[in-house]
Amino acid sequence: MMTETIAAISTPLGEGGIAVIRVSGETAVQEVERIFHSKTKLTEVKSHTVNYGYIVDPDTNEQIEEVLITVMLAPRSYTMEDVVEINVHGGVVSMRRVMELLLKLEIRVAEPGEFTKRAFLNGRIDLSQAEAVMDLIRSKSDRAFDVAMKQAQGQLSKRIKDLRHTLVETLAHIEVNIDYPEHDVDELTSNFIQEKCGHVMAEIDKLLKTASEGKILREGIMTAIVGRPNVGKSSLLNALAQDNKAIVTDIPGTTRDVIEEMITINGIPLRLLDTAGIRETNDVVERIGVERSRTALQDADLVLFVVNNNEPLQADEREWLQQIEGRQVIIIVNKMDLPNQLDEQELAALAGRFPIVKMSAMLQDGIDALESAISDLFFSGKVESNDATYVSNVRHIGLLHKARRSLQEAVEASQAGIPIDIMQIDVRTGWELLGEIVGDSVGESLIDQIFSQFCLGK
Amino acid sequence: MPFVAGEYDVIVVGAGHAGCESALASARMGCNTLLLTINLDMVAFMPCNPSIGGPAKGHVVREIDALGGEMGRNIDKTYIQMRMLNTGKGPAVHALRAQADKFLYQHQMKETIENTPNLTLRQGMVEELIVEDGRCVGVEAKGGAQYFAKAVVVTTGTYLRGKVIVGELIYESGPNNQQPSLKLSESLKNLGLELVRFKTGTPPRVHGDTIDFSKTEIQPGDDKPKFFSYETKHADNEQLPCWLTYTSADTHEIINSNLDRAPMFSGVIEGTGPRYCPSIEDKIVRFADKPKHQIFLEPEGKNTREYYVQGLSTSMPEDVQLRILRSIPGLEKVEMMRTGYAIEYDAVVPTQLWPSLETKKVDGLFTAGQINGTSGYEEAAGQGLMAGINAARKVQGKEPVILSRSQGYIGVLIDDLVTKGTNEPYRLLTSRAEYRLLLRHDNADLRLTPTGREIGLITDERFAAFEEKVSLIEQETARLKETRVRPDETVQAMLQEANSAPLVNGIDALTLLRRPELSYAHIESLYPSPLPLDEDMKEQVEIQVKYAGYIDKQLIQVERLQKMEKKRIPEDIDYSLIHGLAMEAKQKMDRIRPLSIGQASRIAGVTPADISILLVYLEHYNRVTAKKHAETDAG
Repeated sequence: MMTETIAAISTPLGEGGIAVIRVSGETAVQEVERIFHSKTKLTEVKSHTVNYGYIVDPDTNEQIEEVLITVMLAPRSYTMEDVVEINVHGGVVSMRRVMELLLKLEIRVAEPGEFTKRAFLNGRIDLSQAEAVMDLIRSKSDRAFDVAMKQAQGQLSKRIKDLRHTLVETLAHIEVNIDYPEHDVDELTSNFIQEKCGHVMAEIDKLLKTASEGKILREGIMTAIVGRPNVGKSSLLNALAQDNKAIVTDIPGTTRDVIEEMITINGIPLRLLDTAGIRETNDVVERIGVERSRTALQDADLVLFVVNNNEPLQADEREWLQQIEGRQVIIIVNKMDLPNQLDEQELAALAGRFPIVKMSAMLQDGIDALESAISDLFFSGKVESNDATYVSNVRHIGLLHKARRSLQEAVEASQAGIPIDIMQIDVRTGWELLGEIVGDSVGESLIDQIFSQFCLGK
Repeated sequence: MPFVAGEYDVIVVGAGHAGCESALASARMGCNTLLLTINLDMVAFMPCNPSIGGPAKGHVVREIDALGGEMGRNIDKTYIQMRMLNTGKGPAVHALRAQADKFLYQHQMKETIENTPNLTLRQGMVEELIVEDGRCVGVEAKGGAQYFAKAVVVTTGTYLRGKVIVGELIYESGPNNQQPSLKLSESLKNLGLELVRFKTGTPPRVHGDTIDFSKTEIQPGDDKPKFFSYETKHADNEQLPCWLTYTSADTHEIINSNLDRAPMFSGVIEGTGPRYCPSIEDKIVRFADKPKHQIFLEPEGKNTREYYVQGLSTSMPEDVQLRILRSIPGLEKVEMMRTGYAIEYDAVVPTQLWPSLETKKVDGLFTAGQINGTSGYEEAAGQGLMAGINAARKVQGKEPVILSRSQGYIGVLIDDLVTKGTNEPYRLLTSRAEYRLLLRHDNADLRLTPTGREIGLITDERFAAFEEKVSLIEQETARLKETRVRPDETVQAMLQEANSAPLVNGIDALTLLRRPELSYAHIESLYPSPLPLDEDMKEQVEIQVKYAGYIDKQLIQVERLQKMEKKRIPEDIDYSLIHGLAMEAKQKMDRIRPLSIGQASRIAGVTPADISILLVYLEHYNRVTAKKHAETDAG
């Protein structure tokens, strides 16, 4: 495990233009060289040099990004292994594409705190720091775990689980053929296995396609739109979405549900959540909506708090503003096209350090001001996306690619007449890689499957 | 009245498949060994199916043989049928399976034991372990005979508080109406060992003269049998066939209408039974839509007419068993000779063992076989061998031998038991091994003979033959690599014959052999080897060449695993002091007390983050310790 080459984005998302991707491990230089196009070969450059060139997708020969690459050879690097740092300039989207390309190679996403762990184990970090290193690993892992748990309930997770089920059924069948050769279970034909693998591969292709369109990707600044009923939250969402060409509208639901939109503002990915009105209610359905909006609010990196210009400030709005702490808020005074009823001075006092933007979502007026308020916060580093979500998404894409490749190899092996138990190795690898996405790769479940699917025994 | 009856280096309690291997290994390693059994006529008895081997299990028998154990030699001398299974699949899952003459098998094993120097075989029921200062120093048998030793191996199978169940009939008994061991359980519990209740079962036996074989399908043995032991070069045992028939609609009807009398469903049976060895009533209830189930009729020996009815394990009442039997085509007039039964017994929770099979609680006390929650003769024998080896090594002051998961199925088996535990009787399956392609049946000797030699269980003669084999395989592989195949007429004709694409350019013979449709025989027909190769060696060359790509992939994974296995965890580590370790991980690791990072990472509930934190802690621990040593040395 220690020798595997790992990669991670080592600058927080949202530091503006430049992002650094760090790759570390025995094969770091060779692997990155496979997607680097330049006059000089990375494998031949001296340590601690900066090299200019392009990242190119080896499958399509498409130039992904102009980059500067720093090579630091062992032991003179942070981890004391060979380290390659890729400076990407083109913002979040191209950084993501570079990361995805890396993960198609023999590179995996670093575990939380893994660079530091390696630095420590290789003797780079002082003994006295051991406890701090352990703390770092714990806290980063716990955070990643929380994110993973959230994702485990999502659509992606359900689809992956279905695919895994198809594979584990096939695997169980192969295993029964092997471990119970005299049992009256049909011998699996290679056609059947090719068909099953083919089906899963096609589904993975669909997932990857939607991933590249951003449909299953949930990364970005989690932005909650909050406010009392009828202050114009939905029209704000629509206005932002229209103006910024929504990439996706994918969460179905009633008006009481959280509605979600992915948009980008000046290259910053935003995940917009419109929540049902925050107020106490006895209506069960509505209460569910409210519960969800509370959760959405909990998770948000940025809150857009909408108040109505045409109405005096309400008690619960005051309360809310007084309670809100520890997060970034932009206050939006909506419905500026209607007569003013709001005490602006009181609002300003309550707002404190939060910016106030006046607009009319109906008339699409003031959207620009809101957009620049958002990018100001983002580029000043006041708002940070939950990068664990981001990392887990690139990681998923990498795993999907690798799982697909394994299944492809199984199909090819099967076509070449390789025996079933050997081809099984690749099917099983595919199943395990998909398992890493949903956080479940335990071999015992295969054995459970064998005994629940087939009637065996003496 | 207790009296001193003898002093030994190692005592083995129980002479089943685990006990026999334990005692033989210990004695052969030079330890003065005592083997105690409740009944001297039951040495190496097969209480269930009269067969040895099959997928994973057959692999274990070959591993036992490569390590210098007895099971392979014993079955080669006493088989009445030999079949290679899975020949239509890849080499990793080919598996040898033998039908044994179960009486001959016992006699042969007893004879070997009686003729082994340093080994005393004695009848006696052990009722208590003698423990002083946390060390097991001997045993006391019924009647007061006390035997003392430096290490004790307990291999009591299903005898501990055994309870036999046949319908409404329930009585205390070991397998096949043997005396159960009632007091030893108590002794183990008093030592602080946690026990668990498991259940297994066996089918009825019938008289062969009352079977109408014309209604069944014959299942003969192989014309050219292969053998389990690498020492067996030739054997011409007469082979007997097995016979296949099926349950009928009547069978299912009889079972369904008598479920109220089935102990499996009435709540009488408390023990956990294995999923892979369900009783017929269980199969019919759980897989109700399956119209029929296979039944194999297996002869129990040459000099008996008794047949084992495989597939019909049951604890239904005796009258129902007879009706079930007679509802099966071919068995309409059958005479039942013994009823099937379920048996419940106590087993030791295996996570209380070190990977050496020594208990963590009591120094010098080892357990092996079914008492550790496994099922199957082969699983028992594999553990017995390792426990015997490690008990002897303990007496001799040597480090235990622990096989890794990449070295053999025995390694997989023991690691699973001591690291993960089991909540049902554990059966080996090839799918439990991560590196199935490396753990082949054909290469067990290549994997393990050097270990067997180091342990001291492989003779000079056998080791010389082994080294010769290794060398010839290497030479032949090198020769193939150097042999140039040109696209001339003979070559193209051979390729056409074999349905293989014609050559365009010359290539080496080794590369040509990689083509799936070609075998070593094809290459040999063109370029015969000057080396004295036997069939096994040719097979070995072919497998190593053909599957090199896959084998190499697994070897890389093994290398990674090995790094984690080599990172040792000090035995006195205090997990509660490790900052940042999750509570669940602390508890689990404290209970299992893994010996290496590799083992720790396989404990259920321990996450990669926990492993990272443990690694950092150990690094810190080691550097501090090293520093202290340096200071002490300097001071």
